Amino acid sequence: MELVLGRRRRLADQVMRGLCTAAGFGGAGILLLLLAHVVVNGISALSPQLVTELPTPLGVPGGGLAHAVVGSAIIVGLACLWGIPLGIGAGIYLAEYAGPGVGTVVRFMADVLSGVPSIVLGIFGYTIIVTQMGGFSGLAGAFALGVITLPIIARTTEEVLRLVPGELREASLALGVPRWRTILRIVVPTASTGMITGTMLAVARIAGETAPLIFTTLGNNFWSSDPTRPMAAMTLTIFQYAIWPYEYLHQQAWAASLLLMTVVLLINVIVRLASRSYGPR
Amino acid sequence: MRCFGYPFKQAYPEQDQMESTASPERTPSPTPNLNALLRTGRWRWGDTVFRVVVSGTAASIVLGVILLVITMFEAGLAALIAFGPSFVWSTVWNPVSQVFGVLPAVYGTIATSALALVLAVPVGIGAAIFLAELAPRWLSNPISFLIEMLAAIPSVIIGFWGLFVVVPLVRQVEAPLGRVLGVIPMFSGPAYGIGLLAAGVVLAIMILPILTAVARDVLRAVPTSQREAMLALGATRWETIARAVVPYARSGIVGATILALGRALGETLAVSMVIGNTFQVSPSLFAPATTLASLIATQFREADTALYLSALIAAGFVLFVITMLVNVVARILVWKLTVQSVEV
Amino acid sequence: MQTAAQPQVAPVAAPSVSPSPDSGGRLGIGVRHLSAWYGPHQALRDITLDIPDRQVTAIIGPSGCGKSTLIRCLNRMHEVTPGARTQGQVLLEGHDVFAPSVDPVALRRLVGMVFQRPNPFPTMSVFDNVVAGLRLVAQRNRNLDELAERSLRRAALWDEVRDKLRSAGTALSGGQQQRLCIARALAVDPKVLLMDEPCSALDPIATLRIEELIRVLREEIPIVIVTHNMQQAARVSDRTAFMLAGEERVGELIEVGDTAEMFTNPSDKRTEDYITGRFG
Repeated sequence: MELVLGRRRRLADQVMRGLCTAAGFGGAGILLLLLAHVVVNGISALSPQLVTELPTPLGVPGGGLAHAVVGSAIIVGLACLWGIPLGIGAGIYLAEYAGPGVGTVVRFMADVLSGVPSIVLGIFGYTIIVTQMGGFSGLAGAFALGVITLPIIARTTEEVLRLVPGELREASLALGVPRWRTILRIVVPTASTGMITGTMLAVARIAGETAPLIFTTLGNNFWSSDPTRPMAAMTLTIFQYAIWPYEYLHQQAWAASLLLMTVVLLINVIVRLASRSYGPR
Repeated sequence: MRCFGYPFKQAYPEQDQMESTASPERTPSPTPNLNALLRTGRWRWGDTVFRVVVSGTAASIVLGVILLVITMFEAGLAALIAFGPSFVWSTVWNPVSQVFGVLPAVYGTIATSALALVLAVPVGIGAAIFLAELAPRWLSNPISFLIEMLAAIPSVIIGFWGLFVVVPLVRQVEAPLGRVLGVIPMFSGPAYGIGLLAAGVVLAIMILPILTAVARDVLRAVPTSQREAMLALGATRWETIARAVVPYARSGIVGATILALGRALGETLAVSMVIGNTFQVSPSLFAPATTLASLIATQFREADTALYLSALIAAGFVLFVITMLVNVVARILVWKLTVQSVEV
Repeated sequence: MQTAAQPQVAPVAAPSVSPSPDSGGRLGIGVRHLSAWYGPHQALRDITLDIPDRQVTAIIGPSGCGKSTLIRCLNRMHEVTPGARTQGQVLLEGHDVFAPSVDPVALRRLVGMVFQRPNPFPTMSVFDNVVAGLRLVAQRNRNLDELAERSLRRAALWDEVRDKLRSAGTALSGGQQQRLCIARALAVDPKVLLMDEPCSALDPIATLRIEELIRVLREEIPIVIVTHNMQQAARVSDRTAFMLAGEERVGELIEVGDTAEMFTNPSDKRTEDYITGRFG
């Protein structure tokens, strides 16, 4: 009776398990490498003046990226202003009202929209806002970024609303509470943690988007807080500085990358911790 | 009289007492304004208004997609009419003579994405197997976390990092590879570093998280009974994974791969920073090239004529059509595989 | 707001079925030839039943006999399910609740309901749960504190929760949660209270508390209780209705009458079989 595993089988088992383990650690290792590189290169140029001062004339070292920080904040803020309510509304429709037919159509369209490359959404912003308004603007950028948030927020909202037990809706309806107030006062608050999670992730996602902004906000090397005019953005500035041949601009781009990465990762980490502790019990 | 042994409420004497004390209230007293109460319409319009509002927001998604297709097609129409089918088949992109064809960019888009899949799929599925099947929870959770965080890094930062770290590394690999395998066209030519290979590597890094995360979830969803059945047949851990777990989850893994492909096709910034943006079709992986997205992003500001701009937008439309096709194929494929696995 | 132009909901005379003799002459709810469907499937056929005022009416029968569907028709919760419809009449103090002029939302404020499993709103405190019905229809300038205390006293819960009104409603025990749901239903001052197997998720002690509560509440409003537990029906109800799913799984009313009479001397063979445990 053969109780000892064949050598080849045992070897294959060990080798393949080893390779899979290596793949797992490798994937995580890439992130750590990337983080380390950005931190090491960015930290030396990180200073208060990076976010308080404006760029110096090209070729003159010094200056900061205050215009890009403010520009990014305004564009992302405006995108949230229209993207979040619309996305949540659509999610509520999908979870609470949509019949099987219409629901499938809307869901399919949302999936199509989230599969569209972000650069194509930039062109969309260009054709629909920039050409109509007669110029590049922060508003056009906010439009394109809002389109990105729309399907993400709609689908996560739908998902978490579906997790709310039907018993709660019934309890409220049976009290004589109209359906719309049942949804707004009972269903939505119950699912709020999940909705906030989805929304925050969408915000983190658009904060790091570059491609749609090339066609819409264009970028600006000067101070501008007027969203009807071309604006600077962190990501656009990193893109620009990275391919310019000035060492001090590379330094600033690393610092800006560090800043942006910290914000984006922080949102992701917080959201993850929050959804773990308040998530499904 | 039959009694089935049920204790009746009449058996509670105090109950009868309470009834008698309550008797003055028990005279009939119809609710005076029941009629009005039954139709208190204070919030009558609330439901209608709310329903219209949320339906409108949902409609905006549908409307947005339709508008997207129409406006893009309209804006790119000039170029599509001017060049006809040769817009997609021609390899000439000459802004000076106003002749535009995007075949090299289409080639670059597909080549970089295919390369990314070749590099990322084995690693991603291997990592997913490790996370779902081999690693203990205390190890699997933090590693999952790190890999998923990779997906959150803005693409411009990955491109920046790729330009300064991946490109020099690729260059060092390319030189010896070219010396040994230079006879094969794929590995011929000078080692620039910048080019298809670098773009493929950067893209592979970018799609690794989604591939790993989706494949891990799919593998975790495989019922334990499948594993136990294979183990009970005397299979090793690896044999169980390769012959029972992965085949059971194949439709989900295919879905994850195509989802990742969709991401890779449309990725712009990271690719445009490391691919060299050279408009050519070269069989060599070392050669600089361009992709549709990169072409649009880098030349948009230089588009000085209406036809040039229209050609760039038409290129965007071609990209849109390709990604849509991939997504639709993914859906059909996943659907078919799911149906098959149910039938089996 | 009611205006003179709107048609009146005419009180419907129901000569065919007179209020039962022991009801004090007044009818809480009258069900007349009620049938109900879920899409193509018929769930109830031609139910005619009286719910007398200030009595407890129990509805018993094996699972799937349409008990829950029947009481969900009484406050028009049935129609919340997509594809559900009804035929026939339900009369609340003589007014047809299916009349076009009746707003189902308004009706549900007059007909309270308690569900199978305790379902306090998880995002709300004990206090907020009790006054949820009042708050959510925006009735301002009401003394909510007083109303909450009154409702909690009526639900025999006040003494247990007076110190934790601000803590989460879901932090209470199962039995307390169910009484909280009863307090919540009572707070809007309904004319009828419906209970859909209110004790099926509770332990025997908690069940006993709810049953005691039902006996007290019976002095104030008519109660309809659906239960799969015949002992419970015998313990708490004045009248019992026995339902059975007939051909094609359509629920029918087999027999209704005085509880003591029904359990000692059923007139229908099927009732006798059921209560003696021969099937179901």
